[in-house]
Amino acid sequence: MAAGVAAWLPFARAAAIGWMPVANCPMPVAPRDHSKRQDELIILNVSGRRFQTWRTTLDRYPDTLLGSSEKEFFYNEEAKEYFFDRDPEAFRSVLNFYRTGKLHYPRAECIQAYDEELSFFGIIPEIIGDCCYEEYKDRKRENAERLQDDQEDKKDFKPPNMTFRETIWRAFENPHTSTMALVFYYVTGFFIAISVLTNVVETVPCGSTSQKDISCGQRYTVAFFCMDTACVMIFTVEYLLRLFAAPSRYLFMRSVMSIIDVVAIFPYYIGLVMTDNEDVSGAFVTLRVFRVFRIFKFSRHSQGLRILGYTLKSCASELGFLLFSLTMAIIIFATVMFYAEKGSSSTKFTSIPASFWYTIVTMTTLGYGDMVPKTIAGKIFGSICSLSGVLVIALPVPVIVSNFSRIYHQNQRADKRRAQKKARLARIRIAKKGSSNAYLQTKRNGLLNELLDLTASEEEQQHLNKTKSLLESQHHHLLHCLEKTTGHDFVDEQLFEQNCLEGALQPYRSRTPSTSSLEGMTGTCCSRRTKRSVPLPIANAPASHAHPLALTHTLPKSPGLQELSAINIQCAEKQIHSSSRSNLNMQTNEVDRRNCKQQKVTTAIISIQTANTGSPAEDGGHGLPNRGASVVTTTSSNIIKVSAL
Amino acid sequence: MKAKDRDQSLSDSRELDGSYDPLTDSIEDDFELSTVCHRPEGLDKLQEQSKFTKKELQVLYRGFKNECPSGVVNEETFKLIYSQFFPQGDSSTYAHFLFEAFDTNKNGSVSFEDFVAGLNIILRGSINDRLNWAFNLYDLNKDGCITKEEMLDIMKSIYDMMGNYTYPCMQDDAPREHVENFFQKMDRNKDGVVTIDEFIESCQKDENIMQSMQLFENVI
Repeated sequence: MAAGVAAWLPFARAAAIGWMPVANCPMPVAPRDHSKRQDELIILNVSGRRFQTWRTTLDRYPDTLLGSSEKEFFYNEEAKEYFFDRDPEAFRSVLNFYRTGKLHYPRAECIQAYDEELSFFGIIPEIIGDCCYEEYKDRKRENAERLQDDQEDKKDFKPPNMTFRETIWRAFENPHTSTMALVFYYVTGFFIAISVLTNVVETVPCGSTSQKDISCGQRYTVAFFCMDTACVMIFTVEYLLRLFAAPSRYLFMRSVMSIIDVVAIFPYYIGLVMTDNEDVSGAFVTLRVFRVFRIFKFSRHSQGLRILGYTLKSCASELGFLLFSLTMAIIIFATVMFYAEKGSSSTKFTSIPASFWYTIVTMTTLGYGDMVPKTIAGKIFGSICSLSGVLVIALPVPVIVSNFSRIYHQNQRADKRRAQKKARLARIRIAKKGSSNAYLQTKRNGLLNELLDLTASEEEQQHLNKTKSLLESQHHHLLHCLEKTTGHDFVDEQLFEQNCLEGALQPYRSRTPSTSSLEGMTGTCCSRRTKRSVPLPIANAPASHAHPLALTHTLPKSPGLQELSAINIQCAEKQIHSSSRSNLNMQTNEVDRRNCKQQKVTTAIISIQTANTGSPAEDGGHGLPNRGASVVTTTSSNIIKVSAL
Repeated sequence: MKAKDRDQSLSDSRELDGSYDPLTDSIEDDFELSTVCHRPEGLDKLQEQSKFTKKELQVLYRGFKNECPSGVVNEETFKLIYSQFFPQGDSSTYAHFLFEAFDTNKNGSVSFEDFVAGLNIILRGSINDRLNWAFNLYDLNKDGCITKEEMLDIMKSIYDMMGNYTYPCMQDDAPREHVENFFQKMDRNKDGVVTIDEFIESCQKDENIMQSMQLFENVI
């Protein structure tokens, strides 16, 4: 039942009186309204803006949040109102839906925000009224396209295992993915240009012998033949490669581009086959015309050309209409002109088809002047013809133009989005790094706090005890628990990469620094360092010159403290000197296993001045702020790895 | 040619007789209707005239005004509203009869006063009043007696509301049979018509009908 007319239900029930006297069977018992609530106003407080409505209004749609008992979760006892922490602007549409039964989509809203509001209040967007549905669908489609663009760009990320065939296909489709593909792309483009140029120059007359102009093609037959052969070779190879690499060969062979390719290279082969047969040489010459199709191969290289082709295809009906109306007009005017000019002597209008030429030339306002009417009637009709020609042609053209413009702008937008994608991704990365950096910073501060506890320096302690929100501290505690669970620590990317570098130099690495939670660095730690490290907004840039092994913390530069770097060292029984990378990876596994068993992880803090002294300290790190002295206490230590700062 | 077909259909539908001008026709005419507006008499007066409480009248009016912002219901809207309650069948005929019954002053539109007056009888009236109202509904030409044809019309309209998908399957002569039953019950003197007295008498004797009349106590 349409809840919009729920208010008329009493009327409908009253109207049932007409059935009662004629009914054969007794009527069922009516449901009683036990709660017998008087219709009351309820207050909906949405982010401070108070909306009020009748309870029965909301009860019209019992399968939404406001209509069901779900709203009781949001009831505020003290204020006797329902509080929702949502957008009041979008809520207006939601409440109007209850009131009028029609859901409207306000144009000023962002489509995603609106969708989220609807899904929060349990309203399905499909019931948006007809007045707003078009707009809603358009916006949603645009948004989906934008998301799809993002997805497609992720395809650029090369999946690890691609067959040779897939690699080639990818190289063909996206030339910017690898240098080889780009080279091939430019080479083919170059050869297309050369081929077209050759075909053109072939016909230019250059030099004359024996009182006859000879075209260049006839003069330098061999050269042109070689050029042609070379081009056709390249095109054939390209076509065969594409055919080989195509995921669906049948589809590929049916596609327009491949047909153009075939048409471009066929005449050559046919020419090879039928050599100097006089009978078919006429046909052969015709075939050479098809060589001009090579110019269409440029559409792989030019997006504008593709758009033009697509526009023409999408405006097929308008073009058809244009053609039809022109044909009609041509026939009419040609007939009229023929009969008008029939009387005059030595007229060029010898037949109606002959007049077609005049009509076409006149209607398209060309006016060659090779055929002109001589009689008065002919001139009158001729002028009418030229006037109407302008009109007939001018009508469908704006439609085609606007189509082209729309498609072109769509493409521009897609390109712009792709160009901005890098900036967008960088923004996202920085945002992500911000939160992980906050955690790392907290850990360092924690270290430093314990450091300071030793020296009991009040001011600096307070300085470092920045007030963290409860949320932040709970989040950090959670990350800390994860660290403890896995026995690994979070580090930031820069240090991690340094560690990987260092891993080759130093004999072994102790505790494996865990990869931070950034972009999918899975797999063996150093084998996939494909990304450049983004400069990190932490003040430890100078410390990057140091190469501490297995570094887990660096302390930020803070006034009054020299830079310190801490090293995590594991007490290991044996010392491994070989430093091949594969060994290293093996060792990390062993080290990991050992990690789980022994918990003797120690931290050493090394000051700047003293390059080579370092000593392990207790886990959790003690260290002293470097006030000119180097550090630290020692516990049991077997091997210490040292960094030169 | 495809374009040619399209052109042909264009000319067929428009009929170059000049009677239909898509640009200037019919837009202005619609403006006139929307200015008609009707306001009911005051709430107090309505309260005097009917047995509804103030709050009930308020609820009724709010619902009424929601669907008919102009203040009057014409038959189209009436049928539309009523059809929303019976999605399966065709309720337009019965809605037409109802409209005739509510529209007491026969001016083609039901105002809020008419609406309240009708509901007042059905929901707050005595059993006799209700039966009277029902009789009035059945008596299509308002001549004081129900003929078999009138009853057949009513019955058909009620059965139409059921739609096609019923169990057991709807037979074509179901309405007629039902009318026969009705007349057998109601027509005392077997003269082929049912007068108001016969109607009320027979209904008062029928337990089911009396019981069903009680249903209207708690509708609002």
